[in-house]
Amino acid sequence: MSSLRTDRGAPSLDSPGPHQQNKPAQERPDTTVLLSSIGLEKTYHKAKVAIPVLRGADFEVHEGEFLSIVGQSGSGKSTLLHLLATLDQPDAGEIYFEGNRIDCLPAASRDILRNRYFGMIFQFYHLLPELTTLENVLMPTMIQLGLFKYWFGKSRHRKRARQLLDMVGLSHRLKHRPKELSGGEMQRAAIARSLMSEPQILLADEPTGNLDQEAGQEIMGILRTLNQQRNLTIVMVTHDQQIARQTDRTVRLVEGRVEGS
Amino acid sequence: MYKWLLISRYLRTRYIALASIISVMLGVATLIVVNSVMAGFGQEMHNRLHGILSDVVISSYDLNGLPDAEKHKQEIRALLGDDVQGMTAIVQVPAMLNFQYDGQWHTFQVNLIGIDDASYAQVSDFSAYLLHPDNQKQLDFLLREDGYAVGRKNFPESGWIRRRARVEYEKVLREQQLLESSLLEPDKPSATEEPVPSTPEFGEGGADSIPPPPFALGENQQDLDRGVEFDPAVEQHTGIVLGISICSIRSRDEDGEVRDYYLCAPGDDVQVTFPNSGRPPRAVSDSFTVVDLYESKMSEYDSSFAFVPLSRLQSLRGMVDQERGVAHVSAIQIKLREGADLNRARDRLQARFPAMQYGYRIETWKDMQGPLLSAVQLETTILNILLFLIIAVAGFGILATFFMIVVEKTRDIGILKSLGAPSRGVMSIFVGYGLALGIMGAGIGTVLGLLFVENINQIADGIGWLTGREIFDPTVYYFQEIPVIISPLAVVLVATGSVLIAVAASLLPARKAARLHPVEALRYE
Repeated sequence: MSSLRTDRGAPSLDSPGPHQQNKPAQERPDTTVLLSSIGLEKTYHKAKVAIPVLRGADFEVHEGEFLSIVGQSGSGKSTLLHLLATLDQPDAGEIYFEGNRIDCLPAASRDILRNRYFGMIFQFYHLLPELTTLENVLMPTMIQLGLFKYWFGKSRHRKRARQLLDMVGLSHRLKHRPKELSGGEMQRAAIARSLMSEPQILLADEPTGNLDQEAGQEIMGILRTLNQQRNLTIVMVTHDQQIARQTDRTVRLVEGRVEGS
Repeated sequence: MYKWLLISRYLRTRYIALASIISVMLGVATLIVVNSVMAGFGQEMHNRLHGILSDVVISSYDLNGLPDAEKHKQEIRALLGDDVQGMTAIVQVPAMLNFQYDGQWHTFQVNLIGIDDASYAQVSDFSAYLLHPDNQKQLDFLLREDGYAVGRKNFPESGWIRRRARVEYEKVLREQQLLESSLLEPDKPSATEEPVPSTPEFGEGGADSIPPPPFALGENQQDLDRGVEFDPAVEQHTGIVLGISICSIRSRDEDGEVRDYYLCAPGDDVQVTFPNSGRPPRAVSDSFTVVDLYESKMSEYDSSFAFVPLSRLQSLRGMVDQERGVAHVSAIQIKLREGADLNRARDRLQARFPAMQYGYRIETWKDMQGPLLSAVQLETTILNILLFLIIAVAGFGILATFFMIVVEKTRDIGILKSLGAPSRGVMSIFVGYGLALGIMGAGIGTVLGLLFVENINQIADGIGWLTGREIFDPTVYYFQEIPVIISPLAVVLVATGSVLIAVAASLLPARKAARLHPVEALRYE
């Protein structure tokens, strides 16, 4: 986190964050909290009608945990995930990553955070249609590095991208465009992309929501493997109880608040 | 890195944007073509005007001109020093020119110019426009035996050959007429036997002499009358050089080929009537023999200029002061050395010969042709503005297309942002895209424009062949080829200008893209 500029009043790594007094991690005292939020509030405004989505959501995930957030549609699961991923900013509340407050970081720092520390996968895969599978996977590295830096390490990056695609079973689809892939293949490519910059946490927004049973299971298998073999922390939003049951821990979002289970 | 990849990918997949740069391309190509052709025209005209007019001209408002050219020349040389490369004095009067062709008298209004054959060629490109190769070296107002306009199609046989042939022909014709008339009316005396006043000598002033009526005194008749002392087969009148359009008609024959028909050619005689220097001026006439034709390809000059020897014109008009032995001239033309400041020379001359005191008009050649030159300049400027507006319109096309593309790519922009691409990076994708399109449009346009200019004559021929109508009708325009000058600076300016317009047009959509909220962009369906 040294490359991240800490903002006003953000505690450093050494000083314990305020969340630790708030909600101790009783279940897994041996691990540290990686990402957490305190009292998140977010209200959407639709045609002058305020729709409160989050009303003080407290949330935390520990290092190496595979956590799912469940809730009915419209309960604010995706909103919470977007806030955690710094794609959006909360109206009130705080978000901490490795003990540093990240919700009020300047845009450039949040860009770096998303690029190098968070991996994200989405329900609709969100691959860039103009690029091949391999190029899509390389995208985070390309964003991180300038033209020349990328060029110097080109073969190394490509090798790594191929390894990742190999791992998700897509080594035969390197030169294909997203529209030539099936839904499951696209999601596997998206997972490979999210791993490209070796993130510390993977945020998944309904990764199986658009897939059939079999493909969904395949994705869950990959996520489980990642969690177990690489000790990757995963936060997954889903509305599917059956999928949620395959994770280590499930929290429920009800009326804009997190209820642990 | 991702920016370049995406720009190159968008270039290859978004054909709608390529369509929008065609207008940039066409605008650039048109601008280059128009600029080159206009510059070519302008340069051609400049050269011709300048070639004919010399650099600075001191002329008198008075028809009788300024006195004592030699003294003026000394003054000028003293004033301008080494800048003066050549000087010549001329007499210029309005005149009427008559000649007979096919039994009809043709009359033209001409600008009669008396020139000093030794020095006139030094101040202007006069010699280069003559048709006989020897006259191009040095004109002496003497008819040549042969060899006019070598290689020119349809040019009639000229020189002494023509003159002798005509005399021979007229003799035969005359005998035939005599025979016919004596057979029909044996009592009536033939036309030649009638008393005809001989051509009077035009002396000093010439005020009392009455010019013979041209219809009564035909050219050939006059020759016959003076047959004793003047034999047209071996003698010539004073030489005259005629503008080529005075004595030729350019039109198409049955096959549609452009042809020149010559009404008179070197070797023929013409009559010229002009005012003498009396008060009020009276008309003076004299016969001249055409010794050459003058073709500057400026229709204004070719259809009005007639050159005769200066001394002859001065004495015919009575411009020679008998007592002092000095002659008046209408104007002094000055040629300055290359690179000399014309305006400065003019101003110094004006200071030396103030208009209030001398009544001289002192102008550079640019002053004299100012309205024409500035009209061409204005035309070029307005065309440039109009054509740049075309590129601006193309810019708005890019603007609209880019807004569409940004809307279409909203989700991709959200993806890029979720992967950590900064807003600046997203913006630079679209600005770079605009830049790439601009460079492509301007580049292809430049190449097209230059190719067009290179092959403009063939293209003009091709279009003429397709439409059945020649673009540049040689019966109207004097040049055989369309003159073009490619100015590298203009090409670079046009190309960079249109690239800038393309970039400017992409700025607004790019900013919109950069400001998209990632979450909303991701949700966008």
